[in-house]
Amino acid sequence: MILGKVVGAVVTTLSHPHFDNRRLLVVQPMVGEGEESEDEFIAVDHTHAGIGDTVLVNREGNGARQVLNLPDGCIISVIVGIVDSVEIIE
Amino acid sequence: MIFGQVHGTAVCTIKYAGTEGLKLLVVQPLNKKLEPIGALQVAVDVVDAGIGDLCMMVRSREAALAMPEITFVPVDLALVGIIDELIVRPDGDFDYTLRSGITHYS
Repeated sequence: MILGKVVGAVVTTLSHPHFDNRRLLVVQPMVGEGEESEDEFIAVDHTHAGIGDTVLVNREGNGARQVLNLPDGCIISVIVGIVDSVEIIE
Repeated sequence: MIFGQVHGTAVCTIKYAGTEGLKLLVVQPLNKKLEPIGALQVAVDVVDAGIGDLCMMVRSREAALAMPEITFVPVDLALVGIIDELIVRPDGDFDYTLRSGITHYS
């Protein structure tokens, strides 16, 4: 799982049936100090996250299928938590 | 899932069994500012997208699972949604850096 920041929202009307009635958010992965930023991606929301929230994202298909209860779902990224605080000890 | 824009179509006459009838589109992956990232790629379309459409694509094994009938096919990029509206905050609005020590987000 990765930590990310919700920076946007996506609206689709024509989409695969597995995306019906699901919120899609744009997530920017968080990076350490001095590291290069990673490419953002679209994730399905499962925790009622909003723009500006720091979130925990599962980026693996099997976990996504389990969370969304879709045995053959074509979804990879799912937001599975809203982060309250992070402690980094170096 | 990633953003993309349809740039054209691809046609194959000889292809793997199970992939017959699948529509192939040439797509350009984009970032959140809709700037191109990387090279053009070929995606299988499952939502009837057209040239110029802004779309959402899924990679890896999940791309094959998006296929309408046979899902055990050699497909690694599927076009699964046409984007009607995209709301993205500018870069300066949020801090994406993980700093040492405790950071509270809420």
